[in-house]
Amino acid sequence: MDLAKNDSQSTTTVETKGIGEYLSSHLRQYGLLFALIAVMVFFQIVTDGTLLRAVNITNLLLQNSYIIIMALGMLVVIVSGNIDLSVGSVMGFIGALAAVMIVNFEQPIFLTILTCLAAGGLIGAAQGYWVAYWKIPSFIVTLAGMLVFRGLSLWLLQGQSVGPFPKEFQIIATGFVPDVFPAVLGQGLADLFGARQVNVLALTTGLVAAALVVWLGLRQRAQNKVYGIEDEPKSFFIARNVIVAAALIFVMYKLSLFRGLPNVLITMGVLTIIYAFITETTTVGRRIYALGGNQKAAKLSGIKTERLTFLAFTNMGVLAAAAGLVFAARLNTATPKAGFALELDVIAAVFIGGASMSGGVGTIVGAVVGAFLMGVLNNGMSIMGIGIDYQQMIKGLVLLAAVIFDVYNKNKQG
Amino acid sequence: MALLSMQNISKTFPGVKALDQVSLDVQAGEIHAIVGENGAGKSTLMKVLSGVYPHGQYDGEIVFGGQPARFGGISDSEKQGIIIIHQELALVPELSIAENIFLGNECASRGVIDWRRTNRRTEELLKKVGLSEAPTTKVDNIGVGKQQLVEIAKALSKDVKLLILDEPTAALQENDSRKLLDLMLELKAQGVTSIIISHKLNEVRYVADSVTVIRDGQTVSNLDAAAGLSEDEIVRDMVGRDMTHRFPDHDRTPGKRLFEVKNWNVWHPEHAERQIIKNASFNVRAGEVVGIAGLMGSGRTELAMSIFGRSYGRNISGSVELHGGEIDVSSVDRAIAAGISYVTEDRKALGLVLDETIRFNTTLANLKGVSTGSILKRNEETSIAERYREVLAIRTPSVFQKTVNLSGGNQQKVVLAKWLFTSPEVLILDEPTRGIDVGAKYEIYTIINDLAADGKGVLMISSEMPELLGMCDRIYVMNEGALVGELDADQASQERIMSLIVNE
Repeated sequence: MDLAKNDSQSTTTVETKGIGEYLSSHLRQYGLLFALIAVMVFFQIVTDGTLLRAVNITNLLLQNSYIIIMALGMLVVIVSGNIDLSVGSVMGFIGALAAVMIVNFEQPIFLTILTCLAAGGLIGAAQGYWVAYWKIPSFIVTLAGMLVFRGLSLWLLQGQSVGPFPKEFQIIATGFVPDVFPAVLGQGLADLFGARQVNVLALTTGLVAAALVVWLGLRQRAQNKVYGIEDEPKSFFIARNVIVAAALIFVMYKLSLFRGLPNVLITMGVLTIIYAFITETTTVGRRIYALGGNQKAAKLSGIKTERLTFLAFTNMGVLAAAAGLVFAARLNTATPKAGFALELDVIAAVFIGGASMSGGVGTIVGAVVGAFLMGVLNNGMSIMGIGIDYQQMIKGLVLLAAVIFDVYNKNKQG
Repeated sequence: MALLSMQNISKTFPGVKALDQVSLDVQAGEIHAIVGENGAGKSTLMKVLSGVYPHGQYDGEIVFGGQPARFGGISDSEKQGIIIIHQELALVPELSIAENIFLGNECASRGVIDWRRTNRRTEELLKKVGLSEAPTTKVDNIGVGKQQLVEIAKALSKDVKLLILDEPTAALQENDSRKLLDLMLELKAQGVTSIIISHKLNEVRYVADSVTVIRDGQTVSNLDAAAGLSEDEIVRDMVGRDMTHRFPDHDRTPGKRLFEVKNWNVWHPEHAERQIIKNASFNVRAGEVVGIAGLMGSGRTELAMSIFGRSYGRNISGSVELHGGEIDVSSVDRAIAAGISYVTEDRKALGLVLDETIRFNTTLANLKGVSTGSILKRNEETSIAERYREVLAIRTPSVFQKTVNLSGGNQQKVVLAKWLFTSPEVLILDEPTRGIDVGAKYEIYTIINDLAADGKGVLMISSEMPELLGMCDRIYVMNEGALVGELDADQASQERIMSLIVNE
């Protein structure tokens, strides 16, 4: 039948596959990277270089940290075939909880952080319970959660802002990792670059990270060759790695000229690596993709789909709590409006990053890049002084364009 | 006078000739039965008649009421009074009986529905079909038998000239079936002509005035009830095809009793009063291929899925033994761990994650086998997928191909690979060759023989009787949720199986 014919056709396409065809079949991944670069270049030019100034890059990272932290959990939830609309409210509620505990009741910071993370997990578990075991659509459960926790924040804060936080709490979001290298070294480098100061730790981290990316890439490529796995063309591999490595070094160099590595960047980086690892190379990650890809087939393959859904929401709750702590620490106060409509930014980031509404598709790296793309748009437009009205419209259109691009791509291949 | 005359109808699908010069004559005022095995072409013929396959997509002529009929779609045939009631009911469960009956044909003026008239007419129609329910009752709240009557009432509301019922009693209990058949006779007395498609020969004998037997897309015989209907004759006509070399040779000497299910009872997951599996007991020996024959809807899949981790039904009771000891099959992962595998009949909906690769699907049911701790060894995973690709001859450029792009036969092999990788002792294969071409079927049969030669027990569910006869050492016959017979390979024949099914 037709299907059999398809088989023989795809055999020939693989043999004659050139660079152009490789690009068109992997357009999504590269497209996202190109889009991010294009947007950055555009804003770098129209803002007369403000975008990539050291202080602005630092700001960009801090501003988007809580979005990215939540995008990691949201990616898991969306891949599992669900959605969580409550994360903005939960984030705000946890910030309020932290403020009340620390400012009003003078509880120790460490205890507060633990309690807040546990509370987030509990909230996620409570919502996940109804979704997983009662099969209530996640849209409805988390819509309810969104209202409930918005109300709870208001109640907890008595409608007022609570703050400020002690210094030790603020450093979660606004602190920087101290330079462990001797100051002489930094001074020497500063003279060399003609800069005022250089944070050697940041610079070293950039170099090491870049080297690591390239090394891991090369190793994977070598293994692929051994197992006869079809790989990207060499020119692509080189170009991609050069761009990523250069970007890492560039960002870290810029950070080193300012105040060095923000604490949040470390949190974000470590979490991203952990979640990328979990989704790509562990059995739990694999099962989540199977669950979202075909729940019935997953269930008949012995996968405990209910428990997995439950865990995805619990995990989301913990990450929303972490984001709530970062957000409160950054603003240095908890307000009843904190996190308002933020869930939409998080969900948008995940979809821009290539996840599919129907589940089973999406990557952590995609979600993070998607979040940065939105972040750069926000930041760049703000620097240009574009009104919030236009910003919203442009962001909406970018989201729509990304999804249309996905669907178009899929139809073309199918 | 013939109300309907279909002459030399042929219909070809890519690669398959579904109908080959079929002719059918239905006299005005009679009940005409069409019988044949699954896949014989009955439903295709009815789709041609009702315009699902419009004029031009088939060869041959249809004459209805003395006029040549060329339907462009189902609405054309309905306008002429030809109404088909499908096996799967086409009612909207959340709407009321009255709303369903007049769906798309509302008693309305300028878009505003006249509920008084709707309900009054519904009451009249319900009286005609003998259903005492309020017109406002939600369809979801009445049983399948009553839903069937609502469908017929809906047909009557449209001024029906020819009523076609496709296996109307397949989902019904005995007394509901009888009621329905009596209604058909009553409608006949009122002058309605009907066609009934059925496997159940006792029912056919009860209502039919004439019978057309179809086999392999061809008309085999036209029988007249006035001359007396013999079930034996009908059965022979239904199955009488010669068996050629479509099965690889095998020479098996089954060993000890490996797998045994005792007193298995299952109730319907939603309709708690319906018992789906009735006290089924069977066994499979090591190195043996055992078949389960039965018609669609006889409960074969439900039996298999309820055993495999209670994936179907509720209030399940009975015991499952492996090597003489009872095993825990209360969840899918436990059933897999105990050594049971179930290869689904619906590979696309239940077997594969279609958007994922062959590698992903191959290891899905045994991720422990490709991981240390819970970290996947992806290179080893690749080698394993490659190995199964080679052993099962899965034709694909690479194991990184998405399964959605594979042909049916290759998809089926990927599903088999997935279950073989769990190293099962017993494999339950549900319609293992459904919808795949002849060459691929032969390869699947070879794989099954290899499994048996390996000492595994194979339980094979199939609607294709020749397949069971060609492959199995022993065949259980299932009907309406019960195992009604057991035949050894040397005494089994299509006629014997059929007669076990039809002589309930």
